[in-house]
Amino acid sequence: MNKLRNLAELSNLKERVRSKTRFTDKIKDSGQPVQIRVAMATCSIASGSRETMNYIVDELDKRNVDATVTQTGCMGYCYAEPTIEVTLPDQEPVLFGYVDVKKADEIIEKYIKSGILVDGIIPVNYKRIDE
Amino acid sequence: MADFKIHLLVCGGTKCRSSLSTILTEQLRTEIKNQGLDDYAQVVTTGCFGFCEKGPVIKIIPDHTIYTKVKPDDAEEIVTEHIVKVRKVNRLLYKDPKTDKIITDARGMEIYKKQIRIALRNCGMIDPESIEEYVARDGYAALGKALTSMTPEETIQVIKLSGLRGRGGAGFLTGLKWELTRQTHGDEKYVVCNADEGDPGAFMDRSILEGDPHSVIEAMAINGYCTGASQGLVYIRAEYPLAIERLKKAIQQAREYGMLGEDIFSTGFNFDISIRYGAGAFVCGEETALIHSMEGGRGEPTMKPPFPSVKGYLGKPTNVNNVETLANVPVIINKGHEWFSSIGTERSKGTKVFALAGKVNNVGLIEVPMGITLREVIFEIGGGIKNDKKFKGIQIGGPSGGCLTEKHLDVPIDYDSLVDAGAMMGSGGMIIMDEDDCMVDVAKYFLDFTVDESCGKCTPCRIGNKRLHELLVNITKGNGTEEDIERLINLASVIKDTSLCMLGQSAPNPVLSTLENFREEYHTHIHDKKCPAGVCKDLMKYEIVPENCVGCTACARACPVGAITGERKEIHIIDQSLCIKCGACMDRCKFNAVIIN
Ligand SMILES: Cc1cc2nc3c(=O)[nH]c(=O)nc-3n(C[C@H](O)[C@H](O)[C@H](O)COP(=O)(O)O)c2cc1C
Ligand code: SF4
Ligand code: SF4
Ligand code: SF4
Ligand code: FES
Repeated sequence: MNKLRNLAELSNLKERVRSKTRFTDKIKDSGQPVQIRVAMATCSIASGSRETMNYIVDELDKRNVDATVTQTGCMGYCYAEPTIEVTLPDQEPVLFGYVDVKKADEIIEKYIKSGILVDGIIPVNYKRIDE
Repeated sequence: MADFKIHLLVCGGTKCRSSLSTILTEQLRTEIKNQGLDDYAQVVTTGCFGFCEKGPVIKIIPDHTIYTKVKPDDAEEIVTEHIVKVRKVNRLLYKDPKTDKIITDARGMEIYKKQIRIALRNCGMIDPESIEEYVARDGYAALGKALTSMTPEETIQVIKLSGLRGRGGAGFLTGLKWELTRQTHGDEKYVVCNADEGDPGAFMDRSILEGDPHSVIEAMAINGYCTGASQGLVYIRAEYPLAIERLKKAIQQAREYGMLGEDIFSTGFNFDISIRYGAGAFVCGEETALIHSMEGGRGEPTMKPPFPSVKGYLGKPTNVNNVETLANVPVIINKGHEWFSSIGTERSKGTKVFALAGKVNNVGLIEVPMGITLREVIFEIGGGIKNDKKFKGIQIGGPSGGCLTEKHLDVPIDYDSLVDAGAMMGSGGMIIMDEDDCMVDVAKYFLDFTVDESCGKCTPCRIGNKRLHELLVNITKGNGTEEDIERLINLASVIKDTSLCMLGQSAPNPVLSTLENFREEYHTHIHDKKCPAGVCKDLMKYEIVPENCVGCTACARACPVGAITGERKEIHIIDQSLCIKCGACMDRCKFNAVIIN
């Protein structure tokens, strides 16, 4: 059973997760694979994020790219849904908007495989509280 | 990996494009090619940076330089200087208007960003279905801290000192509410999260529950510890299936990890949460109606006092808080009340999440510090008005709020200033309107909503608002009289004074505020029988301009009701008594002969 019985256990869990997952606030990492987050809130799903996510998962597999794909909540850029965040090893996360299947293909081929940025990046326009 | 050493990110947001960022992109690409740097530097376009007033904006990676107000002609200098000679182009760097300090990189631009994410800190950042990711971002640390090192009184004190006020509409001091619930004796007490979110256009609570459900669960547990409750209830509308699913999963995980249940953090504190579903009636968001609905009774408000803190669910002391209010709580405990109260204004602390909708370029969910102006929200974060139209008004606070105008653009967004201006914070709907919106129609739209949603318990609300609505319909049909304006004002004040709950009390606000700010538009409808925005159909007349009509018959063939007559090559005429104002003739005419009058 993984019940957390005290603060030490909580902070152990925190450190364990942080060592294997990258968050937008943590810029440096230690060579983990590509990490992709797909916004999956009601508004994103209505704009097709589920298709985008399924496509990305399938294609990464077909094209032999080592990456983790997870879902996340609303990033706030409703005008640009579906949105995804891609973090390459040792790189800052980059957010892309209007990611339909075609755009997803371009992102996989150009950015994920060869580090070439593609049009449609969304600049993070808010301050974070954990910096 | 490609060999691009430099990436130039050019803003391709609507506002920057209207100041030539597309040409700038082309110029940069040409220049890079001309100087033989194709394999070295790359130009890509981005969405809005949120610095629209300083656009077009360019960001250069990897050195994070930000250039503002860049013109197509600057392309050559940027390439030659920045890329080839590795020297920043000083005149294009952002200069702080107050201190004249030059900001050289994106890090320095941070402080000019208009948004701060506190309630939305994890939305879009973590997997909402993973408690571990929540924990990785300091999740449940606040609960642990409160339980193991703070007394309930101390915890309440922190929330009180932070100045956090309710985000559900009324703006009551959260810490004070917790204290009142704590001080009331009861063998059983309850903590309720209000996730009814009924304002049309508002979806921040849904987004929080979908993107970061654990923050609400953690806050409810802290609330339980502070008030002495061991049971939490989330009242959520059944129309939010995804939020419900994620919340359910989160509650399950919290139990598995021991963050809900018995003996949390081995402190002897017990707390658990269950979910109650609402059918989506607006009035059920009102706390007393919400409680009756949870008890299985009719969703009708009752008189306050007694407040729920004293006599709530099953007659027991009950602390009701809104989703967004709760989402702020863990951060306040972790970072301290001084930190929180340093953000915002004198009497409104922290941030507020708004659902920005209507005629702005960047619709979306935004979180801004209290005290920001409407102008900054609309023209910087919102990216200005769509299609370069003229800004006309902004409805804040949903159906209970008010409609503000151009002259209010510099009003700071905080509880008190908005009320002074004739609107209210409400739950966070913000609808931007442009010259094509008719204000009488807007008032009618919101009243339509409240008439529909009134629970019918009291006469002024049930019948009074219906009469208000009828008066508005009359005006939009061209049958209004000058006396109708007096009638609207008188009736509105009676409804405000005599309705039982805030739904009725605030229903006339959209009418009153549009009357206050757009009186001439009512006059034009009443006296000239015209709708300046061209919205009220009954006041529009499709007419054919004889000079332009060549008699091609296209319009007559398009008209679904046969309202247009005329021989080939002769001037056509619309029979107004038959016309249903569908606009088909206007779409069809290639000679601009059909006009709206
Ligand atoms: C007609 C009406 C509808 C309301 N709808 C909501 C709602 O959807 N969500 C909400 O949190 N509060 C709503 N409220 C306010 C609640 O009555 C209550 O003030 C609030 O939930 C308290 O939480 P807070 O102090 O955290 O804001 C509504 C009030 C009225 C009069
Ligand atoms: S004011 Fe309206 S909604 Fe409120 S109790 Fe009376 S009838 Fe019901
Ligand atoms: S389509 Fe235009 S030009 Fe042709 S008959 Fe109708 S009004 Fe005249
Ligand atoms: S607006 Fe419609 S109904 Fe009226 S004349 Fe034109 S086509 Fe016919
Ligand atoms: S900063 Fe370029 S459009 Fe907003």
